[in-house]
Order: sequence, then C-alpha cells, then structure tokens
Amino acid sequence: MGLSRSDGRDIAELSGDEPWITTKLDQFVNWGRKNSLWPMPFGTACCAIEFMATAASKYDLARFGMERQAFSPRQADLLICAGRVPFKLAPVLRRIWQQMPQPKWCISMGACASSGGMFDNYAVVQGIDSIIPVDVYVPGCPPRPEGLLYGILMLQKKVANERSGDKTLRQEMEPDPKSQLYIAPSVIDEVSEPFGNSVHQTRSGL
Amino acid sequence: MSQSFTPVIAGSALGADATAPATPKNVRYQGGPRNPSVDAIREKFADAVVRAAVVWGETTLVVDGARVHEIIQWLHDDPSQRYDFLSDVTAVEFRDVEQPLEVVWHLRSLPFRRFLRVKVLIEKGEALEVPSVWDIYKSADWLERECYDMFGIRFAGHPDLRRLLMWERYQEGYPLRKDFPLRGRFSRSEQLRQALAANPEARYSKEELSIADAFEDLPNEMKRRLGKGEVTGE
Repeated sequence: MGLSRSDGRDIAELSGDEPWITTKLDQFVNWGRKNSLWPMPFGTACCAIEFMATAASKYDLARFGMERQAFSPRQADLLICAGRVPFKLAPVLRRIWQQMPQPKWCISMGACASSGGMFDNYAVVQGIDSIIPVDVYVPGCPPRPEGLLYGILMLQKKVANERSGDKTLRQEMEPDPKSQLYIAPSVIDEVSEPFGNSVHQTRSGL
Repeated sequence: MSQSFTPVIAGSALGADATAPATPKNVRYQGGPRNPSVDAIREKFADAVVRAAVVWGETTLVVDGARVHEIIQWLHDDPSQRYDFLSDVTAVEFRDVEQPLEVVWHLRSLPFRRFLRVKVLIEKGEALEVPSVWDIYKSADWLERECYDMFGIRFAGHPDLRRLLMWERYQEGYPLRKDFPLRGRFSRSEQLRQALAANPEARYSKEELSIADAFEDLPNEMKRRLGKGEVTGE
C-alpha cells in the first residue's frame, strides 16, 4: 500500500484485524466539528423561550452534538442570537462575537434578530448582520423548535462542506476602526429600509 | 445589623370596623366615590388645586406645578394621609398641539388603602421642569430618570438626572415625545455607528460605585479610568 510509519512498519500490518478507514482530512475535521458544535445562546426575547424548548427533553438539541451549552463566548463555536437586539446592546453583541475563538458560526434566530421584525423603531437594530456576520437565518416569530433544528441542520451541512484550503473562511472580520462598521453605511441604510406593513407608517406622529 | 422592620398592613389605619378589600364592580366612567384626600388638600392648599375628577373609580387631582412638591410632601407626612408608596412617575403628551403636557404621580396610601393620581400641566412653550420628589420617595430616582429619558422633563432637585433606558450619549432627543419620528432622527447607519462607539465595559460612574462601596474592589485599570472622572463609556 505504501502507507508506512516512521519506523518503517507497514500500517496495514500494524492494524491487523482492527477496522480502519482512509478519508479526506477536511471531511474528517468537518465531521467532528459539525457534530460537536457548542452553542452559546444570546437570548434577549421570546425566541429564547423557544430556544429553551429546543434544548429541553422533547426536542433535545443534544441529539445534534449540542449537549454542552456554552455560556461563555470563549468556549463556544456557535452564537445563537435569539431575540431583538436594541442599539444599546449592539456593542455587547459585537464584543461577544469578537471573544469567540475561531472556528465560529452564527445563527440569527427569529424575525427580530434577522431584520428587526415588527420593531421598526428608534431603538432596535434592523438585523444583526449589520453588527456581526451571520451564517443561517431562521425565520419565524418566534420560530418553532423544528424551525431552529432545521436551521441548525442547515448549518451542519454548511460546516460539512467547508474546505480548509479556503483561506477566507477563518478570517476575522475587520470593522472600520473609525466607524466600527464592517459593511458600508449605504448598505446598512438600504437593508434597514422599512418593508411590508411598516412602509405605511408615518415617520412622525405629527 | 438591620433595623427591625414593621410591615405596613394595607388598611391598618382604617380601624377595626373597616370593610374588607373587595374588587370594585360596575365602576362608572366618571363620577363615583372620591378619594377623601382631595377634600383635605382643597382645604389646605385651596389656591393650588386646578381641578379634581373621578375617572373609572380612580381620583385624579390636577395641581399647580409650583406647589406640587409641597402637596406631595404633605400627603406623605401627614398622619391623616400617609401616602407611603410612590408607584409611578410618568408623563403624557397629547397629539393635540394645544393641549398641555401632563406629568403624573401615582401615589398609594397603604394604611388608608387609597390611591391618588396627582397631575401637573405644562403648557406648550413652557419650560419642561417640575420639582423632584426624590427627597420624599427614594423610589422616584429611576422613575424620574426614565421620565426624563423618554420625555425630556427635568426634575429639579434630582441628584443624578441621567438617561436610564437609552444610553447617556444618545443624541436624537426624547423618544416618547410626539414630534419624535418613530425610526429616530438619524439614518440607520449613523445610529449603528453611534451605538457601536460605546464601550460595553464602562457602564458605571464612580459615584454609582461608591454608593455600592464597590469601587475598591475594581481592577486597577478601571479604577484609574473612573478616577479620571470618566462617567461612562457611552
């Protein structure tokens, strides 16, 4: 086979009757990563209640390798932002994301985290993707546990398809040092425009 | 050692023949039994009372802004009133531009089982300033700060009148005022830029921490920063 250890003994000879496989390194690493994601719940509203239901015995998040919930960002792989994020909390969420070590992913759970939801007002961030990069958006108000599980499975699929040769994958985002924004202000303004019902709201009460 | 604590039993000052508390039924929109404190105030502060009304069984008393502190002080101190609980301080602005802005105090007397709503009217164009009742009720601290944060009403005599809900360097105005646009005055990117400029760790002023006696326990770096007079990172 040509596979040999440094001492010159053939691996096939060493393994004997024990089963062994060959695989691509990427596939092996990704398999390990996707089945041991440690989620860090960042629950700010009712979505966090659904998240708790997802983690509890009936839906049992542990089935997908999430037995251990990380309540410290330094020991987490996956940030699940569940609920609306007011502007006052924006620097906190940004800091938590920066404290998480690579590799890390983010799920934006629910309408408010993804787009501001019904809170198209002065106090709420219109989508956390203007603060931190998001991998999976889970729609719903709040999403049912099945919805969150579907989102998590989508993320696992994404993790499984990552390639270590892709150098952009693990790059830390670099916010603009002056404005602390990491996407262009015009883009933020554009995606934060009112949509749906709130188009008909007046900008002022008078 | 903490001091011995005497619980206030609701209705305890009413005497043995007082009826047991019951949920009021068939309450009319206007009219009905009035809070007896109103008559006492009318007698004592005759020129300060603007009007009084009973709405949905609750008594509202509109008084002169210059004398509201005196009246609330009396309601708190007088043995025949004993309003010992301030449950809310808030304000109301109406869509009608002619109508004055109202500052509202919700007072409750547990011993006499009474509720009184005291209002002060601020005409349009007048300075938004009323006296603080912090020296009477310590619970007024955050209630007045919230009211200042949302309406911009200044409470004269409040020891630490800062924003409570919005961050301290919030520049867009007072969100619950009728002339405040729902989505704020700045563009979304500008709002986000200002929000992200805040330092999430610097959250307390030295004064707040010294009240809690926590200043000495802080890390040196934070002590140094607060020692320089940094109020907050926001």
